Amino acid sequence: VFHLSHKVTSVVPESALLIVLGLALGGIVWAADHSASFTLTPTLFFFYLLPPIVLDAGYFMPNRLFFGNLGTILLYAVIGTVWNAATTGLSLYGVFLSGAMGDLNTGLLDFLLFGSLIAAVDPVAVLAVFEEVHVNEVLFIIVFGESLLNDAVTVVLYNVFESFVTLGGDNVTGVDCVKGIVSFFVVSLGGTLVGVIFAFLLSLVTRFTKHVRIIEPGFVFVISYLSYLTSEMLSLSAILAITFCGICCQKYVTANISEQSATTVRYTMKMLASGAETIIFMFLGISAVDPLIWTWNTAFVLLTLVFISVYRAIGVVLQTWVLNRYRMVQLEIIDQVVMSYGGLRGAVAYALVVLLDKNKVKEKNLFVSTTIIVVFFTVIFQGLTIKPLVQWLKVKRSEHREPKLNEKLHGRAFDHILSAIEDISGQIGHNYLRDKWSNFDRKFLSKVLMRRSAQKSRDRILNVFHELNLKDAISYVAEGERRGSLAFIRSPSTDNIVNVDFSTPRPSTVEASVSYLLRENVSAVCLDMQSLEQRRRSIRDTEDMVTHHTLQQYLYKPRQEYKHLYSRHELTPSEDEKQDKEIFHRTMRKRLESFKSAKLGINQNKKAAKLYKRERGQKPRNSSVPNGKLPVENPVHNFTIEERDLEFSDPEEMHIYQVEEMTGGIEFLAKVPQDTAIDSTAGIDNPVFSPDEDLGVLSRVPPWLSPEETVVPSQRARVQIPGSPGNFRRLTPIRLSTKSADSFLLADGDPESTHM
Amino acid sequence: QGALSSCLRKPRRDPPSFFPAVSQASLVRLHHRFRALDSNKKGYLCRMDLQQIGALAVNPLGDRIIDSFFPDGSHSVDFRGFARVLAHFRPVEDEGTGTWDPEEPEPLNSRMNKLRFAFQLYDLDRDGKISRHEMLQVLRLMVGVQVTEEQLESIADRTVQEADEDGDGAVSFLEFAKTLEKMNIEQKMSIRILK
Repeated sequence: VFHLSHKVTSVVPESALLIVLGLALGGIVWAADHSASFTLTPTLFFFYLLPPIVLDAGYFMPNRLFFGNLGTILLYAVIGTVWNAATTGLSLYGVFLSGAMGDLNTGLLDFLLFGSLIAAVDPVAVLAVFEEVHVNEVLFIIVFGESLLNDAVTVVLYNVFESFVTLGGDNVTGVDCVKGIVSFFVVSLGGTLVGVIFAFLLSLVTRFTKHVRIIEPGFVFVISYLSYLTSEMLSLSAILAITFCGICCQKYVTANISEQSATTVRYTMKMLASGAETIIFMFLGISAVDPLIWTWNTAFVLLTLVFISVYRAIGVVLQTWVLNRYRMVQLEIIDQVVMSYGGLRGAVAYALVVLLDKNKVKEKNLFVSTTIIVVFFTVIFQGLTIKPLVQWLKVKRSEHREPKLNEKLHGRAFDHILSAIEDISGQIGHNYLRDKWSNFDRKFLSKVLMRRSAQKSRDRILNVFHELNLKDAISYVAEGERRGSLAFIRSPSTDNIVNVDFSTPRPSTVEASVSYLLRENVSAVCLDMQSLEQRRRSIRDTEDMVTHHTLQQYLYKPRQEYKHLYSRHELTPSEDEKQDKEIFHRTMRKRLESFKSAKLGINQNKKAAKLYKRERGQKPRNSSVPNGKLPVENPVHNFTIEERDLEFSDPEEMHIYQVEEMTGGIEFLAKVPQDTAIDSTAGIDNPVFSPDEDLGVLSRVPPWLSPEETVVPSQRARVQIPGSPGNFRRLTPIRLSTKSADSFLLADGDPESTHM
Repeated sequence: QGALSSCLRKPRRDPPSFFPAVSQASLVRLHHRFRALDSNKKGYLCRMDLQQIGALAVNPLGDRIIDSFFPDGSHSVDFRGFARVLAHFRPVEDEGTGTWDPEEPEPLNSRMNKLRFAFQLYDLDRDGKISRHEMLQVLRLMVGVQVTEEQLESIADRTVQEADEDGDGAVSFLEFAKTLEKMNIEQKMSIRILK
């Protein structure tokens, strides 16, 4: 219901609304029944409601970011939580001792226990609120990761203190404390291990499910849930288990299972998670209306609120100060504010408190009611105000002025420049460990865990997109030249264009969308009569406005702005793909043209048309394909060796096929994506020129490339390039989807065949 | 490797003309990055190495920025050149002008130099002015395909008009700087790791 009115949700976080709704419902129930029939029982919560949410979080976790910031996250999670728990508990105890709280039947340990359960930042609440407030990705991942990981700490502390309470305050010894600390490590690491094992299991299973596609999604959920249960059984941290299960398996599972299964999994997970979250918050509301448990102690409640906020802020500041010395990307004040303010407590705390044994902790009711109030307060109040707060802070730093056209334009340009420079300087990226990990992964894990076809198509998949763009670019240039003018009429349905779902391995989809892409790939020249008319008629003022508006609307957004990584309620941002694609087209086109103009007119003996493939955005780009160096002997090559050889055979010629010297097809460079630096050194050899090649090198080439397809160009090439096969060793190879290569080979061989 | 060690031996606060003023730690980091980008361990970067970076392909100004690394039509850039360009993006220190020797040329990361860097991205023919045509080209780069040519031209017109003070139909560097005087360039064009 709230989603319908987006305006409401942008102001009030959904969780708050849900709680209020829950309250209302609870009120109704109570009025009707005079007893609380519905409460959020810990069992329900811990076993049914929490796992989907956490699994969803783990499965969709942006791994690169997460592991990149793991140190920070761990620090905040562990030390931060301990700090919060300790300080809160101790200060409450202190106040108690001072008598301000009146007469309570509690001891130090009770307070510590309370402190530990109230200190935990709750992933559910954090997620719910942060969805509305779009903070930058680093911040988000830190808070989110912290909320996930601090579960281990919370559980340990909780159990430790509870056992202490059971023992009675006087029997706690140093040994017990040590045991407590040890148990922390055991619990957390054990939980993680369980999660990883199950992830492994899951990936393995999905590898072999080729014939049982229908139940693939089932496997995912069942096995993940099993991991949760198992670790719960072993008294390890279940949340950690399921989180890591999700984190580790995502890559392999998505590669292994069929497209439909993957979609199913995604949607189901989102559905379960959303549903669970909704239920949790509603129940929170309902459970609150239970007069039996209400005990009120002003000082206690107020002080708790104060303390948790204050101590969290202090904790955050301290830790950030320490961290900033070691981090590349610093955490600014605004980040810290958001972090401390965004430390929401939620249902986990509530469930834990209800779990308390009344006999051991005499003041259970007090704790429960306080917890409820704290939860409500943080979710509602902090949730409501965090967005305005963030905006206010951001705005405060910039001036209030209607930016001039120039400024807008140049400002945007600067943003682009900055993100480009950032990419060049590798600020967000390269990591020695990560490279090592992806090596390891590629060599061993993937072989074990990923289906063979998935492995092959993994390279293929990511490059299909590039291929398309290239084909597109080529054909575009070809078209342009043939027709003499760029008179594409843009299809009005550009929005309906099949976004190349480049996660599909099926070439057929690839084909179908090429034509769409073609249509989409229109130059900036558009014969749009209507707008012309409009232009002339408008007066200067409206022109002004319109110009501003147009600029605003159509300027490409720089990288930082449009990357929302995780959202509970949305799956993929497709807008950005479009933008990326457009820019990509353009860039490729330009590069093509520049190369073309550079090389045209040079009489070549052999023209190996090679086109670049650039890897798309978001993965670490460490593989660099070595220069395809055509032999120096070629008199034509007056350019220095380091430049990639681009003899771009005129596509026209390809079609006309007069020039005999034309070499075979357009070979696409396959950059093995996000993988290894290993490949880069020796390069992946061109299978086209394979027969004489070193077999060892060849083996790296996907073996599924059918030899017959490669023969054609190679023969031609050989004919035309006597004595040079050896030189082609370092040519970088190609071909990805056999089908699309086909069409180009066809284009070569068949003069009439035009672009797809 | 040799380049780096020889660089490192130099005192930190070298006059920029000798070596771009980047701090020691950043230098090391940059050198790592340089080496990582340098696909064949050639010791210098060519255009292609930079084009490998995927994110640049989807950045509207990516190609231009790559070009900025290769001044005067050269095809390779060594580490010094690389660091030099990146030094523009060093955050401006607030130490105040006390330590800055006015005799020395302005540090690369000064506001003016940052602006000049950006200016050069626009001004392709290096005539010191951004003509309407050049502005139009940049606009075209940065705007989606839905905008018509007419609209683009008018936007370019307006932009040049807004900035142009002496009425020559082009935006000189000073005019450029003046329009952006209120913008927080120091922040917008700085990368923290280059401190």
